[in-house]
Amino acid sequence: MSDLAWISAALTSARPQAVGALLRYFRDLDTAEEAFQNACLRALKSWPQNGPPRDPAAWLIMVGRNAAIDQVRRAAKQSPLPPEELISDLDDAEGALAERLDGADYRDDILRLLFICCHPDLPPTQQIAVALRIVSGLTVKQIARAFLVSESAMEQRITRAKARIADADVPFETPGALERSERVAAVLAMVYLVFNEGYSAGADDVAARSPLCEEAIRLGRLLLRLFQTEPEVMGLTALMLLQHSRGAARFDGQGAVVLLDDQDRSLWNRQMIAEGLALIDKAMRHVRPGPYQIQAAIAALHARATLPKDTDWAQIERLYAALEHMQPSPVITLNRAVAVSKVQGPQAALALIEPLADRLSGYFHFFGLKGGLLLQLERREEARVAFDRAIALANTAAEAAHIRLHLDRLMRESEEAGAKTMKNHS
Amino acid sequence: MLYAILCYNSEDAVGAWTQEEDDAVMARLGAVEDRLAKAGRLGPVARLLPTTAATTLRKGKEPLVIDGPFAETKEQLLGFYVVDCASLDQALDTARELTAANPNGGAYEIRPLAIFHPGVGLS
Repeated sequence: MSDLAWISAALTSARPQAVGALLRYFRDLDTAEEAFQNACLRALKSWPQNGPPRDPAAWLIMVGRNAAIDQVRRAAKQSPLPPEELISDLDDAEGALAERLDGADYRDDILRLLFICCHPDLPPTQQIAVALRIVSGLTVKQIARAFLVSESAMEQRITRAKARIADADVPFETPGALERSERVAAVLAMVYLVFNEGYSAGADDVAARSPLCEEAIRLGRLLLRLFQTEPEVMGLTALMLLQHSRGAARFDGQGAVVLLDDQDRSLWNRQMIAEGLALIDKAMRHVRPGPYQIQAAIAALHARATLPKDTDWAQIERLYAALEHMQPSPVITLNRAVAVSKVQGPQAALALIEPLADRLSGYFHFFGLKGGLLLQLERREEARVAFDRAIALANTAAEAAHIRLHLDRLMRESEEAGAKTMKNHS
Repeated sequence: MLYAILCYNSEDAVGAWTQEEDDAVMARLGAVEDRLAKAGRLGPVARLLPTTAATTLRKGKEPLVIDGPFAETKEQLLGFYVVDCASLDQALDTARELTAANPNGGAYEIRPLAIFHPGVGLS
């Protein structure tokens, strides 16, 4: 790996801690960000020459702090910052002091930064944009590309978010226990939204958007360091790892979606699965179930099955039932119906989803599943109606193509049936 | 003589490597492993999952299960090699070879083994 690549990784990983500390000093997000940017520029000049510091974050905090103070001084026409050579590595007394001060606060600093990004006054789109810019350090261009908007539109979104943050009454004291538990839910929701943006990409956008999945997982691990004993944080990170582990198997050569049952499981990333399973094991020890843990447990059951037929659908059905109880929703019932069809057969599953017709009248997957169940029951004409409806509702070309496969098969089978009939009558 | 070479680095920094960078580092380290294996000197090698996947059992009258690693440190134990070396110097040379393959950040702790049971050859 080149020097530059490693330095880039070191700057990225130090970002939450450094920007968090600078925010605490300056109580202003723009000042903190600018200070961090300046420190990074100096790092890019000094680290290749002098070697990297032992504690990149502490170095960046000290240099960033001095750079910002210097700007204030220069504005007030006082003496400038000492030249580069005198900003030594942290082997000096001041450096040691800075390190002691910042080491103690780093968790709270990062938490404060995350809570600010997920401030309740910000709509989710702004929360995501500002978190990815400030905490993850993605460029505006990268974020814009990932969310399929123009760079200027994303720039505006971030500016508006920061303006709202400045207007909101943001406390700079350490978040108390109640605030933590309330706000961590918002942070988890934001992270999962980021993940889903990446995960829901079609084959065409995968290159631009799957970095979002990786970024969400990194944020998940960051949250795990801050909330070491929170099972829902473990659950969310496990869920993301287990879903992302299937990435290489999810699209075929033509870019069409490959369903779970049809995926080549040898392409699943075993290391991600191992980490996901470890986390869900840890979470379950706490016996404090929650929606992310349940979804992770379902994903874990799929990950553990070497072949689709080895899947423990009965347990998956029970988990969906528990999830339904926690977060009643027609979509969850729909997912549960898939498990029901594997355990009790298509008739029982159909009975479960029929009552959802009204609420899911605009939902592609409802008609896709209904068509599939009807097909299993050999009610071909009704299946075709359902599949036609699904195609009309398909969000992406890949989804439509998948349903068309079912329709083509239906056509072929009815032609073959017709030919047989004719043969029998001739 | 058998030594453990314990690999320490900032797991945050390592976690920020791209997949390509990670694969490249693993490939270079793999080449060092191959040379050691050919020389008949390579014991078990492990890369550990992040400390966020760890659970610790604190011994005591009532042993306590704690989420996370044994200690919160700036750099974390990320993996280890068990190698057969003729001397500390050779062990240091091996650590230097590993460093050349993976030069960025962290440290290798070289500790001689007191007792070694190779186990049953897991995979």
